[in-house]
Amino acid sequence: MKKSKSLLLMLALVLVIGTVLAGCGGNNANTGNSASPTNAAATDAPANEGAEGGEKLAADQTLKINLSSEPPTFDPQQAQDSTANAILKLMYEGLTRQNAETGKAEEGIAESWDISADGLVYTFHLRDAKWSNGDAVTAKDFAFAWQRVLDPKAEQAAPYAYQLYYLKNAEDYNKGKVTDFSQVGVKVVDDKTLEVTLNNPTPYFLGLLSFYTYYPVHSSVKDNPKWATTPDTQITNGPFTLTEWTTGQSLKVTKNPSYYAADQIKAENINFSIVNSGATELLSYKNGELDRAGNPIGEIPTEQLPIVEKELPNEFSRKGIASVYYYQFNVTEKPFTNVKIRKALAMGLERQPIIDNITKGGQLPAFGYVPPGIQSNEQEYRAQVDDKQYFTENVDEAKKLLAEGLKEEGLDKLPLTLTYNTSESHQKVAVAIADMWKKNLGVEVKLENKEWGVFIEDRHNLNYQVARAGWSADYNDPMTYLDMWLTGGGNNDSGYSNAEYDKLVKEAQTSADNAVRQEKFAAAEKILMDDMVVIPIYYYTNNSLNKEYLKGSTIDFSGAIDLSRAYLLEH
Amino acid sequence: MFRYVINRFFHMVISLFVLISATFFLMKAIPGDPFTAEKKIPEQILQRLYAQYNLDKPVFEQYGIYLKNILQGDLGISMKMLNQDVSHIIGQTFSASLKLGVVAIIVAILVGITLGMLAALHHRKLIDNVAMVLAVLGIAVPSFVVASLLQYLLAYHWKIFPVMGFNGPMNYFLPVMALTASPIAVIARLTRSSMLEVLHADYIKTAKAKGLSWGSIVFRHVLRNGIMPVVTYVGPMTANIITGSVVIEQIFGIGGIGKQFVQAINTRDYPIIMGITIFYGVILMVARFLTDVAYVAIDPRIKLTQRKED
Repeated sequence: MKKSKSLLLMLALVLVIGTVLAGCGGNNANTGNSASPTNAAATDAPANEGAEGGEKLAADQTLKINLSSEPPTFDPQQAQDSTANAILKLMYEGLTRQNAETGKAEEGIAESWDISADGLVYTFHLRDAKWSNGDAVTAKDFAFAWQRVLDPKAEQAAPYAYQLYYLKNAEDYNKGKVTDFSQVGVKVVDDKTLEVTLNNPTPYFLGLLSFYTYYPVHSSVKDNPKWATTPDTQITNGPFTLTEWTTGQSLKVTKNPSYYAADQIKAENINFSIVNSGATELLSYKNGELDRAGNPIGEIPTEQLPIVEKELPNEFSRKGIASVYYYQFNVTEKPFTNVKIRKALAMGLERQPIIDNITKGGQLPAFGYVPPGIQSNEQEYRAQVDDKQYFTENVDEAKKLLAEGLKEEGLDKLPLTLTYNTSESHQKVAVAIADMWKKNLGVEVKLENKEWGVFIEDRHNLNYQVARAGWSADYNDPMTYLDMWLTGGGNNDSGYSNAEYDKLVKEAQTSADNAVRQEKFAAAEKILMDDMVVIPIYYYTNNSLNKEYLKGSTIDFSGAIDLSRAYLLEH
Repeated sequence: MFRYVINRFFHMVISLFVLISATFFLMKAIPGDPFTAEKKIPEQILQRLYAQYNLDKPVFEQYGIYLKNILQGDLGISMKMLNQDVSHIIGQTFSASLKLGVVAIIVAILVGITLGMLAALHHRKLIDNVAMVLAVLGIAVPSFVVASLLQYLLAYHWKIFPVMGFNGPMNYFLPVMALTASPIAVIARLTRSSMLEVLHADYIKTAKAKGLSWGSIVFRHVLRNGIMPVVTYVGPMTANIITGSVVIEQIFGIGGIGKQFVQAINTRDYPIIMGITIFYGVILMVARFLTDVAYVAIDPRIKLTQRKED
């Protein structure tokens, strides 16, 4: 006994620490697992019955996908990020659903709707849909959810409340100017009919309804502020329900047999791991532990993109998405008040080499602000308005403009600080661009990287000269890009103000005529680019790897993924 | 002993208070807040969010509120992971770090001491040389390199273990190997050198002369006296390993507390930052305390009451 006393002591030490601290972990780990799927076995169709001719489905319809970040919340009215978007799309369904192919809004919980002639009043007729606990989905559930978003007295303020400001009086109610919710443009006519009144004719309103802020929630959430923090209190109306969740580790959704179109849903379970390392995700995918890797919810390391593109051509997929990467000017600070100088910088850099050598994801060189994929007047906006007309890459012209601009400002050298948020990829782009400006225009650039929180605050406070920025679409309309540069706009952190531009955007906002809107958008974007408030660099792409046996997962115009109709072939 | 414990406890409370205060004010001094986003939240809504989390109050008042809650054992709720209790998040993520950590510590101690003992007993022989080369490698190669290498060879190339995840026993092998490479090396070297020293001590010669069996000498005298430096090392190592290795967790996709901490700092999730800092502080202090207690148990010459507090 005595001989091994020291070793035993060691072990005892370890165990003591272990038991003392294990108290924190044990119980919680159990609650995560206690919500095991109870109804997973209730399938409508035999798993191996091919849906489309010749396809043989895998017996085990469990999809394995990685999330590079954890959804911060499962409350649709509180969500604000793309990961939550992907998961909530599986759990809920709004009045409309988006067709990823066409980008159009289709029937969701609403099976039909009527729109008044002035485009202001929408009357939705709801189908017979059920919540996962068997209750009927009614118009009241939508009104209840929307009130949760807008209610200025709600215990939890909804950051995305402004997504509902299209409804009549919604903004005033949210800001406490109107206190009676019945004044807001949403009326429950009966259980199956919802009448919605808007401020302005909003051609993209049907599309907005498929966005998570507009999802309904079950009335049981009213008395339980923590309902969205455990799987078993979440009653959903979408194709799946959340059945397991271990913070920081994994989550699992299971097919919801109460979903009205459950026969279209072939996946039984989707297991999500939560790992924020692109290298690990890729290796795991190659090892067959994942069915899909990459954007928008996962990540493939940039330097691996060209390699996997060659190595796995049948699995690699690239899709342009409606997001733009750009540099913006603080137009209130000299010498960047001078449009010639701004133009010179935009013209004096080469975009394709940046894409080929740095970002490597097949991004598209950008010369405008509205990215491809955004629809306007029944077509893609970018196909109607060529962005190459605004300016070209032209070093000689740029030098000339710069010289003129400097002369006007009484300078002989351009002082330039380029600010970006700390990140390897942003840094590489900034270094390359600084190098091009030096080589092409003889401008010495001071590079400055700031940690994210600091960076955003400085940008909002106009404490910069030239800063990196990016913008992704909230909805499928050029307005989501163009209304941000309105004078004093909440996201206008360049200090830009142009009365003519404001007028055009406001006219587009109040018009119901798509042709008129399209015209105003084109004119507004031209002003924005002539004034060169931003230097567009590239339009983003989504790069992903999908096993050949994974079918039915779709990516929409904005790059959001819909896994609800995904399934596995035999492999 | 009793007085020592009371004394020590008192010091721990003071240290914790300093830790909480310093972290609180430093954290608030970083620009940005949990609601900073590329897409700006309208001012009106932002003000409501601030009010909801008391962020609209002066920082000293916030500090007061926080201290009051802490005294009542309330770590608050996360600002980013909506409505989730900080204690719940710490619990869930720490349980992963702890499971991995405990296995790693046991492996590190057992393998490290065995290796060190073998090396010392076969001084200057092949086993010694091999063990010490391994030890140098273990110390010199950073854990993330070991991790990536193991992952590539054993998981991807030879497909023996899964690349990532934390669901079954197979998931433990690679992270434990990566996590213990350096502690094993340190423990082996410490054990070896201190055992060598002890082996040449007079009382060992006496023991040999008395005709005690070799095994008895090694375990009762050599190991027991030679292990003291290892005990000193094991305390901080334990704290280090179970508080979660951010890098290893990241590489193997383990949802541990280290990963959560980094994420909380990046998103300015104040309550989580504070909660995990306090939690880390307590673990470190408890580990040091237990180390001291272990000294006494192993070496009767040391009396805790005689030790001066630092």
